[in-house]
Amino acid sequence: MYVATLAGTRYAFADLRAVMAAATPLRSGDVLAGLAAASQVERVAARYVLADLPLKAFLEEPVVPYETDEVTRLIVDGHNAAAFAPIASLTVGGLREWLLGDDADTPSLAALAPGLTPEMVAAVCKLMRNQDLIAVGRKPRPISAFRSTIGLERRLAVRLQPNHPTDDPRGVLASILDGLLLGCGDAVIGINPATDNLETARRLLDLMDGLRTRLEIPTQTCVLTHVTNSLELIGAGAPVDLAFQSIAGTQDANRSFGIDLALLAEAHAATLGQKRWVLAPHVMYFETGQGSALSAGAHHGVDQQTLEARAYAVARRFDPLLVNTVVGFIGPEYLYDGKQIRRAALEDHFCGKLLGLPMGVDVCHTNHAEADQDDMDDILTLLGVAGVAFVMGVPGADDVMLNYQSTSFHDALYARQTLNLRPAPEFEAWLRRMGLADDQGRLLDPARSGGVPRLLAALDL
Amino acid sequence: MSHRAVPSSEPDRQSDVEGLLGALRAATPARVGLGRAGAGLPTAAMLEFQLAHAKARDAVWAELDTEALRAALPGPSLVIASAAPDRRTFLLDPERGRRLDPHGAPLPQTRADLAILIADGLCAAAVQAQAPLLLRALLPRLEGWRMAPLVVARQGRVALGDAVGDALGARAVLVLLGERPGLSAADSLGAYLTWDPRPGRRDHERNCVSNIREPGGLSPPQAAEKLAWLLHEARRLGFTGVDLKDRQDAAPLMPPASPQIAPPTPHGGD
Repeated sequence: MYVATLAGTRYAFADLRAVMAAATPLRSGDVLAGLAAASQVERVAARYVLADLPLKAFLEEPVVPYETDEVTRLIVDGHNAAAFAPIASLTVGGLREWLLGDDADTPSLAALAPGLTPEMVAAVCKLMRNQDLIAVGRKPRPISAFRSTIGLERRLAVRLQPNHPTDDPRGVLASILDGLLLGCGDAVIGINPATDNLETARRLLDLMDGLRTRLEIPTQTCVLTHVTNSLELIGAGAPVDLAFQSIAGTQDANRSFGIDLALLAEAHAATLGQKRWVLAPHVMYFETGQGSALSAGAHHGVDQQTLEARAYAVARRFDPLLVNTVVGFIGPEYLYDGKQIRRAALEDHFCGKLLGLPMGVDVCHTNHAEADQDDMDDILTLLGVAGVAFVMGVPGADDVMLNYQSTSFHDALYARQTLNLRPAPEFEAWLRRMGLADDQGRLLDPARSGGVPRLLAALDL
Repeated sequence: MSHRAVPSSEPDRQSDVEGLLGALRAATPARVGLGRAGAGLPTAAMLEFQLAHAKARDAVWAELDTEALRAALPGPSLVIASAAPDRRTFLLDPERGRRLDPHGAPLPQTRADLAILIADGLCAAAVQAQAPLLLRALLPRLEGWRMAPLVVARQGRVALGDAVGDALGARAVLVLLGERPGLSAADSLGAYLTWDPRPGRRDHERNCVSNIREPGGLSPPQAAEKLAWLLHEARRLGFTGVDLKDRQDAAPLMPPASPQIAPPTPHGGD
């Protein structure tokens, strides 16, 4: 039992889960789960409780039982006490102040990451205002690499997302070329296939790999299909750079995705065995999003932001190249409007970075949420300031297969120009070689630069 | 990198660029070759996006005309309601869209091989336009299947099919419902197949065919062919979901020895 008394009124919370949930900024998913604070004052009361809580409490009271949840076991058994030692005496409120201070810099946060649990990070996140999430979120610089380097300072990479409603190869190719012309594709060229058909996945992989080798693009390609499909494709000799998987923060939610840690380990090992990387063996691409555990009926009474942070514990076990929170995809029953999506985007980026992940955000919304492009612009700008590693690039922001709105190639270009961010260095050099960008990394007008003829010549179109 | 001689004169480049952008636009419904104003969109492209978004927002809130739909269906149908009384409740409390209206009349026991539920999901217009076409193409392919009466539901999500299939006593349920409207496609149908339907079934126990619409997506006859294949496979194997792989038209990647997995992609409406 946790208690706070404010202005003579006593607020009691049954357990740590209840404190965490009540302290969370309002969002529809926690209301749906019956976990949200009953009033604004109760929400602040929970934050008072949280602020005074020693970080050690999170090691002693798992929010999901150790015995029945392998994600909890991963978190507890994998906790690095030596890394934790410098902050072991702090409370959650104390951690907030330490993170904001000058002692928390890029190297010290990198050293601290293995000592932080997702629950500690989620807790301090709940005490953070949006500006705190940005100020601290930009300090850690987790770097990953495959053929390009992700997460470097003053860089913003883009996943080129050339989805097509029927996986038509020409349609996919058109979107890829459009994205390359606009300087996108350095994080990955990654297709969400319209069906689970394995032969289609194979064709798309061959198409992308052929294009990548022909144009000598320093990037990686991926068909975002279930890990078991990737395993089978690897077995059949398909060019699988990265294994993709959606993951969540509880064992039961992962089971609803048809996965467990052992299966992820198998996929990780098989993809490593491909030895297709040039720079570093980061071969996993994970996607997450607040609300997935509740959606699967597997939230165990834990708020959606805390569960999202737990998904990052799953991700970091496998040294991923990319972790992407698809923040507004899930719908208004979990994140109702632009304000809630914005908050969640900053939270997820903050938590992922503190836990040591190369964190990207799919800044997005669906048509049944109360959000529009102005909200997306705001979120993209804030994340650019916060140092997000990569964002999505979808032609015209309109994903014609998944039927939602993400960020466009143009949006990425806007963020790079406005915030003075550059593509991944290997990709930037390629843009220059192709005549698509100048020495400053600025995109050239293709009608003047010769980039298009060069692209066409290399493609032999 | 080796490439052929690069044309250098301005007019050639201009026509190269225009030619490429035109070819890109012709190859996909995606918003490619838009041009740019600085980093931003040209005004016409920006307004086109806003118009499409406005249409999609309106589509989410449109109501299903159940009588018009029933008149277009190739067979007798029943109308039911989910436990969500209105659109707003449906959007904010998905669980209610997955349960039968507790005050509704009970469904008849049928011992059918297949029940088909047609629900509005997140886009009534998609159901109205595509479901009759799909069923006209699908039902003739199911010769020998004992069919339950078609069921039409308002404010329904995918899992409502579990309750409906269970109540009808059907061995399998096929749910056709409107996918979340996108900008280029505000009329796209999704089809979810579940063997042995009963409340509590999970997403990975279903197979999904999505983006059914014409033009621009999987046409209703194409979707019917795929669904018929999945239905026959499901009946042969006795299950759906992660262990039933879509191998229609595919040359085998490997000898089909071990069980394989293909969960549905969540396209909304579930």
